[in-house]
Parts: sequence; structure tokens; C-alpha cells
Amino acid sequence: MPNILVYALHYDGAINKNSLGAVSEGARLAEELGGEAHAIMLGEGVAEDLAASLGRYGAKKVLVAEGPEGLAQPLVDAMAKAIGDGGYGYALFGGGLLGFEIGAGLAARLGAGVAMEVTNVRAEGGKLIAERPILGDSAISEIAYRSPVGIIIGRLNAFEARESGAGSAQVEQLSFELSEHATRATMITRGEQRGADVDIEGADVLVAGGRGLGKPEGFKLCEELAQAFGGNSAVAATRAVVDAGWYPYAAQIGQTGKTVSPKLYLAAGISGAIQHKVGMQSSENIVAINKDANAPIFEFSDLGIVGDLNKILPKLTEAVKAKKAS
Amino acid sequence: MKICVLVKEVPDAAVEKKLNPSTGRMDRSGERNLNPYDTHAIEAAMQVREGGSIPVEEIVAVTMGPESAVRALHKAVSLGADRSVHLCDEALAGSDVAATGYALAKTLERESPDLVLLGQQSDDGECYTIGAVVAEHLGMPSLTQVIKMDVSGEALRCERQAEYGYDTVEVKLPAVISVGDAINEPRYPSLKAIMGAKKKQLDSLSAGDAQVDPAKVGGENSAAQWIAAKPPPAKAAGEIIEDEDTGETVERIVAWLDERKLI
Ligand SMILES: Cc1cc2nc3c(=O)[nH]c(=O)nc-3n(C[C@H](O)[C@H](O)[C@H](O)COP(=O)(O)OP(=O)(O)OC[C@H]3O[C@@H](n4cnc5c(N)ncnc54)[C@H](O)[C@@H]3O)c2cc1C
Ligand SMILES: Nc1ncnc2c1ncn2[C@@H]1O[C@H](COP(=O)(O)O)[C@@H](O)[C@H]1O
Repeated sequence: MPNILVYALHYDGAINKNSLGAVSEGARLAEELGGEAHAIMLGEGVAEDLAASLGRYGAKKVLVAEGPEGLAQPLVDAMAKAIGDGGYGYALFGGGLLGFEIGAGLAARLGAGVAMEVTNVRAEGGKLIAERPILGDSAISEIAYRSPVGIIIGRLNAFEARESGAGSAQVEQLSFELSEHATRATMITRGEQRGADVDIEGADVLVAGGRGLGKPEGFKLCEELAQAFGGNSAVAATRAVVDAGWYPYAAQIGQTGKTVSPKLYLAAGISGAIQHKVGMQSSENIVAINKDANAPIFEFSDLGIVGDLNKILPKLTEAVKAKKAS
Repeated sequence: MKICVLVKEVPDAAVEKKLNPSTGRMDRSGERNLNPYDTHAIEAAMQVREGGSIPVEEIVAVTMGPESAVRALHKAVSLGADRSVHLCDEALAGSDVAATGYALAKTLERESPDLVLLGQQSDDGECYTIGAVVAEHLGMPSLTQVIKMDVSGEALRCERQAEYGYDTVEVKLPAVISVGDAINEPRYPSLKAIMGAKKKQLDSLSAGDAQVDPAKVGGENSAAQWIAAKPPPAKAAGEIIEDEDTGETVERIVAWLDERKLI
């Protein structure tokens, strides 16, 4: 059964960029398998033209299901129904958070194999093999599936959104039953923006701060350095410090934040967790200051400084100012 | 209410994690410890108990793992769990996430918990998904990455960051909640608690005891099949400066930036 069912996350009338990437990737793989990529969207009144627009990324058909948005378990029910109706050999998810939850729930429901954080998928002998980096990206494991359906959860930005030029997808309503447990979680508020609405996506220079700043006031050091660079520079943050309320959510880089690729990304007190790395690894130049010589960020920085940011940042700010004035 | 906390034994943070090239499984040698992310789950259970809005009769630490995993259970008990359950059977070795979640769910069924708490990720497996698998098998609602959790009567009010910002979700009990590491600051165990941990009840179960179907677990029966491992694409190593004289360090940084026209 060579068809691939791709989850398309949407919010506020737009489809998530990582889901567009997953649909493109699904279309590419389905073609290799001799099947079709279909997408599935769930929500309260999903607009038909929004669903049909996935045709541009290669989806032949889009299943639209009516149900509560933003929670995983209703999608497990809907996708299990679609897969039960037949034709699908794989379910594919882009990076993010919901895809992990839905993919895992679906694996449990179907007794299916699941690979997460997948960065590459290839077809071999009519089957798909998923490549997943493990152990802090120090090795890549290859996963095949023994189950009739295989579940592939991509890493953020692993699959590029490509408009293949095809027309609209055929839109079909999917009716399904919510399982009892899926009715026991209710969204109260969704997508709350905590903190100021700052813009980091357009910046050429980003000074990013993490937990190593020690306290919310630590961000002053980053702000002063960003100011010294002047021009188009801004301050960014990790989830650890955003969750802690030290810095606005809008400044967060990573899996559940922004994806950026500035000319210069300077990290201070950031360990370099995978979920952070996926949002900034395409920066042109990466400089990291961390007091721990074994911090993962040094694995992917162009210039690493092992030292105390409290000593280095103020002096660096002065030196950058002096350089600019000279 | 009764809370079960899922905990796992992982290589100590100081140990370099590597694969056994012949099996593709984690090399299990070296110092091992309780998964640091799980200490947040235990702390969350303790805070529900101490918060007093609902009486907590029992906090039970549950693990699936080799014999050495009892040490992770002792640590969990020293951090506040009342007793522990160890699912330990050769038949389980090499289980993938789906099989592990299934076996853990069978073990949890025996306990009939009102709330299952777990960490956001295991430090070695990094799958972020056990909670969703367990919840599906138990037929319970679930959320991952929860950073705030208030108990009120029969429900939890949870907050977590998802793709578009912070979500607040109400979840009816019984439920499975994976907590994010920002939810709390785990306490240190007292010396007395560490000494007393080995004396607390620890039930060791075989797969059969937990009514785990042996055909659904273990490396050979897992639906996700590990076939190979390869090194990642080589990347030129970055330059490293050890900061000894900060004045000099800063000069070198500025020169490096200047060379690339970044100032
Ligand atoms: C599903 C999921 C989604 C996630 N999404 C995101 C996301 O979108 N973005 C994100 O960033 N994270 C995300 N995370 C969290 C991520 O896994 C890490 O926990 C987080 O990035 C760590 O932030 P940090 O580097 O600030 O903190 P830590 O990992 O605690 O690192 C702090 C670093 O500071 C260093 N340090 C301490 N003091 C000093 C000093 N004086 N001088 C110099 N260095 C010092 C330490 O050595 C350490 O390396 C997500 C996690 C999950 C599971
Ligand atoms: N073998 C196991 N036994 C008990 N709990 C586990 C086990 N593996 C994972 N967990 C729990 O699931 C969480 C997420 O793990 P993972 O999905 O592997 O990243 C961990 O923080 C633990 O709480």
C-alpha cells in the first residue's frame, strides 16, 4: 500500500511551514513508491480552499476532519480511521510538537513502528527507510519498519517546502469517532504570546542568551552587545529562559520558536540542545561562549570561546564599540 | 489520589554515549544514574502532594530496565516516592519506543494510577514520546512538555509551549502528563532519605507478572527495526579559544569577526 498520509498542522488560516515541507517530502517519496501523498487536516470548519492549496505541494487528496484543534488525540482518532479505511503504508509528520504526540499515539493505536527526529528518508525496494540522528547527533541510525504502517516524524526544517506546480488537491470530508479519552482534554487558550512582540527574523546579527546568563537581568549583557553591533541586530533566547519568563516568547529560537539564519549568531550561556540547534544551524557564522568545554554547541560553532560570559560579554561590547568607532 | 512516576536509568551526563556497533543498541557500560529529566516529574508529584488541594495517598516510581535500574528507583524513592516497581526481563531488551510504552502501560495498569507523570525526554533515547504511547494504551488523555500544572478536583489545568505559543489545556483525570524541565527546581534528597531508600518496598516484575505479551516486546518483535548506524556528514571543526586573559580573548574574537566583515 504505497500511499502516504501526511499531517498538515494549521493555525489562524495558514498551514504550518514544516507541514508544507512534510507534504512536499511525502509527495516525493510517494512517487518513488508508486503511490500518492494525501494530507489530513483537522479543525473546526477548515476552509476548503486552504485544504485544496496543499495540491501545490504535491498532495493529491486532502482529508478534512471536524474536531477540536491543537490537541493530539483527536488526530490519532482521525488518522487511525483514515489508515483503517485502507491504502496507506506510511504516516508522515513535519517537525514541531504536535506531530510527536500524534505520531506516538498512532504508533500505539496501530502497533506501528515509529522513528522520530528524522532528517532524511529514502525509498529502497518499495519501502521507506528513515534516518535518525542519535546521541546528540554523533551518529545516524537507519530505521526500517516491520509493521504494515510505518510512522515517520521529521525533525524541524528537515523537509523543505517545494511548490511542485500541480493544481489544487481534491478535498474529501473524513468522518470519524472521537475516542472517549480524546474528549477528556479541552483547549482553554491557544497560542498565547508571552512577553513583548520583538522581531528577530530579519536581523543580521543575533546575540542569543540562555540559562547560563544566570538571571533575567543577564539579558542586559546581550542587549548591550547587540546595541554595540548596531544596525540590524537583535537579541534572541532559548526555550529554557522563555519558559522561565526571563525573555519574550517572540525572541525564542528553535523547535517551538523561530527559525533564523543571520549573518552572525552569537550564543552566550547556551548549551546547544538539538531543539535549539534546529532553529539556528543555518546561520552563516556561529560564535558560542560557554564555560563548559564539553557543551554540545561547540560541536557546531565556527568560533567557540570556553569561558565565563560575565567576564567576556562586557569587554566584548567595549571592544566592538571601539572597533566601530575606529 | 495515586501518582505513578515513570523513571529511567541512563548513562551519567559525564559518560560519553556511544553505540555498540554490532547491535546498534546503546553501549551500557560506564556510570549510570537516574535520568535528570525524571527528577522534575518526581518533584511535580511531591508538589501535588504538598500543595494539599487533593490528598495524595501514594507516589510510586515505575521503571522498565535491566537489573542495574534499581539504583534509579532508589534515587527516585530518596526524592520522595513511597515505593517502586521494576519491570525487568531479558525478553524486553532492545524494545523500541512503542514496545517500551506498551510494556510500561501494562505495568501501570496493575497500579490503577489517577495520574502518571514522566520526564520530557530520556537523556539517552531522546524520543519525547513514551508518554503519548503509554496514554494511548491506558486510554487516558495526555500532554507533553507541561510547565505548569494545577490540580483542581477531577481535573488538571496545564500550560505548555507548542508551535504557536503557550497553550492552556484542561485535562480530566486519570491522565498521563510529561513535564518540561522548566516546571520546577527538583529538591536534593536528604541524607536520611538516601539511607532509607533501600528499605522501601520494591516490587520486581517479570514480563509475565505484568501480563506483557512477549510477542510484542524485545528487539526482534519491535516494529521499528534498527538496520544500521553511520557517522554524520563530516563538518570542519570550529576554532576554539580557551579564555585565560579576557583582554586577549576579546581581541581575538574581534579580529575573527573583522576578518569576516561582521562588525
Ligand atoms: C519538544 C521540545 C521542544 C523544545 N523547543 C525548544 C525551542 O524551540 N528552543 C529552545 O531553545 N529549546 C527548546 N527545547 C529545550 C531544549 O531541549 C533545551 O532544554 C534548551 O534549549 C536549553 O536552553 P539553554 O541552553 O538556555 O539552557 P541549558 O541547557 O541549561 O544550558 C546553559 C548553558 O550555559 C552554560 N553556562 C552557565 N553559566 C555560564 C557562564 N557563567 N558563562 C558561560 N556559560 C555558562 C552552561 O555550561 C550550559 O551549557 C525544547 C525541548 C523539547 C523537548
Ligand atoms: N524504560 C523506561 N522506564 C520507565 N520510564 C521510561 C523509560 N523510558 C522512558 N521513560 C519515561 O519517558 C520519558 C520520556 O522518554 P523518551 O520518550 O525516551 O524521551 C522519560 O523521561 C521517562 O520518564
